[in-house]
Amino acid sequence: MTYNLTVSPDFAPDHISGWYFFNTWLQRSLDMAIHLELYDSFEAQREAMRAGTFDLIYANPYDASMLVRELGFQAVARPASQADETVIAVNAASAYQTVEDLKPGCRIATTDDPDVHTIGMIMLESADLDSGNTAIKQHSSYVVGAKSLLNDDADVGFFLKAAYDQLSALIRSRMRVLVRSEIGVVHHSLLVGPRMAACIPAIQTALLTMQDNEKGRRVLDSMGVSSWEPMNSEQTEFMIDLIDTLID
Amino acid sequence: MSEQDIEEMAHVAISYFDGTQRTAALVDREVPYPDGKLIVSRTDPQGIITHANQAFIDMSGYSEAELIGAKHCILRHPDMPAAAFQDLWDTIGQGNKWHGYVKNLRKDGAYYWVKATVIPNIRNSRLVGYTSVRRKPSRRKIEESEALYQTLLAAECKA
Repeated sequence: MTYNLTVSPDFAPDHISGWYFFNTWLQRSLDMAIHLELYDSFEAQREAMRAGTFDLIYANPYDASMLVRELGFQAVARPASQADETVIAVNAASAYQTVEDLKPGCRIATTDDPDVHTIGMIMLESADLDSGNTAIKQHSSYVVGAKSLLNDDADVGFFLKAAYDQLSALIRSRMRVLVRSEIGVVHHSLLVGPRMAACIPAIQTALLTMQDNEKGRRVLDSMGVSSWEPMNSEQTEFMIDLIDTLID
Repeated sequence: MSEQDIEEMAHVAISYFDGTQRTAALVDREVPYPDGKLIVSRTDPQGIITHANQAFIDMSGYSEAELIGAKHCILRHPDMPAAAFQDLWDTIGQGNKWHGYVKNLRKDGAYYWVKATVIPNIRNSRLVGYTSVRRKPSRRKIEESEALYQTLLAAECKA
């Protein structure tokens, strides 16, 4: 039997090959066949998740909620020291110095990354801004969103902090961070579906010892991950509860 | 706490939902909510704090050791009407999510405003506690809430 793995589309482009290396490493470690399928679109991926396509998912916190509560997935590990944080940036020449300087009609460059968009909108609440009094334009990637800011087609842009940090130095030099989230407890996690539940102990053992050998360390490095930390069901439920509080 | 705070401090008796009382020192000084942060806490079903994140510790002025095991109403500011908390408990008691604007009392007697969301934590169909997440409110919402709560408090004092 071949199992199916997918990865939340918000990983940095530099790490695409890393996820293919990871899949090869995982198949060898578990001695089983796993097919990796990547998506550009969160929505297309979510449809495939709901259709029961996948057994292993490296999921963003928003999707983790649906996978655990509705589809019976279990979180087994998360990347060490990699909380998901959101950056709201403006054009470096912008007059906006604080969130409270923003006014109704504010043009927002966002992506279909559900966590980043949700946290971004929450950080605008202190200026009384919401989806009803702003102009939100969804872009296909963070780079396209950044270009929108640089071309003055948007007043603010929402970015996953890790993605913002990986924009080119030239692009970042022409932008300025207005505010960044400091939540600390919201993060991606690797989830295992019901068809693969019997493999959870083997998967956890493989992941948690991955950094102990040269081959595993190289794969982790190519994914931009230092090591994996275990996740138990209560840690997962806590994160999902927290996400629930943020969704109106 | 500054010398001015100490000079302007007032001592007020606060009555809680469960009939207990305490005297709290109050200072009319707002501590601004920090940008980008979420205050996160969890309680057991009786409202006893079981988890506090660093933002909660920083904003409340209490240490983690002081918060864990304390009742969440330790943060209750006397300017908050009982009706607001009645609505909270009625809503989460029915298993629903509650949103509201809350003026919280710090250990040093100052205060901070939050937009709070509280949800029941259900595990295997059983209530095991509540998660509360607080975020930065807008100044307009604070002013609206202040006006509403003054009206509600006045009505409660008359009753």
